[in-house]
Amino acid sequence: MITSKLNETRIVITGVGLTAPNGNNLAEFRKSLLTGKSGIQKITVRYMGEVLAGICQFDPLKYQKKKDLRRGTRAGSIAIYCAQEAINDAGLQLASLDRSRIGVYLGITEHGTVETENEIYEIKQYNYDVKFWSHHHNPRVVANNPAGEVTLNLGITGPHYTLGAACAGGNIGIIQGLQMLLLNEVDLALAGGVSECTGSFGIFAGFRSEGALASHPDPTKACRPFDKDRNGVVVSEGGCIFVLERLSDALKRQAKIYGEIVGYGINSDASDFIFPNKDRQVECMRLALRKAGISPDDIDIINTHGTGTIEGDPVECQAIREVFGEYPHASINNTKSFIGHAMGAAGALELAGNLPSFEDHLIHPTINLDNLDPQCHLGTFVINEPKEVDKVDYILNNSFGMLGINSVVIVKRFER
Amino acid sequence: MTKEQIRATILEIIAQIVPDEDLSNLKGNIPIREQIELDSMDFLDIIMELRKRYGIEVPEDDYVQLATLDSSVAYLEPRMKNL
Repeated sequence: MITSKLNETRIVITGVGLTAPNGNNLAEFRKSLLTGKSGIQKITVRYMGEVLAGICQFDPLKYQKKKDLRRGTRAGSIAIYCAQEAINDAGLQLASLDRSRIGVYLGITEHGTVETENEIYEIKQYNYDVKFWSHHHNPRVVANNPAGEVTLNLGITGPHYTLGAACAGGNIGIIQGLQMLLLNEVDLALAGGVSECTGSFGIFAGFRSEGALASHPDPTKACRPFDKDRNGVVVSEGGCIFVLERLSDALKRQAKIYGEIVGYGINSDASDFIFPNKDRQVECMRLALRKAGISPDDIDIINTHGTGTIEGDPVECQAIREVFGEYPHASINNTKSFIGHAMGAAGALELAGNLPSFEDHLIHPTINLDNLDPQCHLGTFVINEPKEVDKVDYILNNSFGMLGINSVVIVKRFER
Repeated sequence: MTKEQIRATILEIIAQIVPDEDLSNLKGNIPIREQIELDSMDFLDIIMELRKRYGIEVPEDDYVQLATLDSSVAYLEPRMKNL
């Protein structure tokens, strides 16, 4: 079915730029995922005191001036770093591209919270006199800011916007990029997701108030999806942007091809603000499989969304059992156990971390899964050590978010 | 503050706002924005810093007085001499 598609309607990944709490490019990130290296540490957050978080260590001055950092946002810096790295990784020269035909599509969980909290903290020092409120506030907090900063930095004049999709944002950025290429709106999409939420006390306080903020004496063991002793989310920042192109264009320029996006699904639970819905997750995975024209047994890796919450993890496992069976052909892993929950970046980062499996035939494990919760039972979790397989043809990536937004992306090993 | 101290303060504020610029050759009698990259949002940062640090309010009609380093010192001198 797929092979009968025209190359103009096949969308491939030809570049990856990322920053994660345990790596600032795909090679570093992959190495950390294969060697069990966590990126979680203790940090101090205003009003919260010490919390556990994943912080990225990329050098923002690699692509920005000091003044750009002062004026822009952390989300913008993360996005610029990832976009520039993705373009370089794709072997593209910006100067030789028609920059009116590049689109920037970035998933976000939230934006503007960090800046708003900072400004309120600042005017508190002046007895809340709003004449001390920054004139930079509006351009920093508009929802398109991270994508817009990318266009300013790279001189891109094609469309840019963000997609607010809670923790499904990263996948949905990718899907939007794919759709815009299929509609011939752009020739190249910079698509993925970003999050700078560790700069906000509100997200930590919010999860704590929900009883869903992870704690553990050892930061590296705090995020433990599917484990009996899991106790919540570890909040992280991060970013991942892919260069997406039509296969016809990628072949023309003899680009390196990481994989082909062959299926996707987005749907809504329509049932709760916070709690997930197993039936809708099942439908979303089936939607993606149907679009790809494949059956559950074709999938070799299921990268779970699992965030380490008591309520959420079993629902996803139940949904996977329903679609794939309790002992699926696919190996199952989880990336958040290493890097925490990178929110808007999570879906894209977690997909990126698995793409090398097409070539190295290794499946990165889930760490901190010491005692599998029977409610989360699936027979093919890859636990603590990478697993070697004969080949990997299809990766399915789950990302779900609050308000009940589900997203699934399926990537296929590239074959002409 | 003396005039020299006011000049040094203005330069320090500008250095903070445009940290990539070399200010060592900034001429006092030529508009600052003709010598370095300093846009209207940066200019508002100077106004904000004067407000935050010294409680000085510069009305919009007076912004033109801050065009050069020399004119800035002359404008701010009566407002900062007692600081």
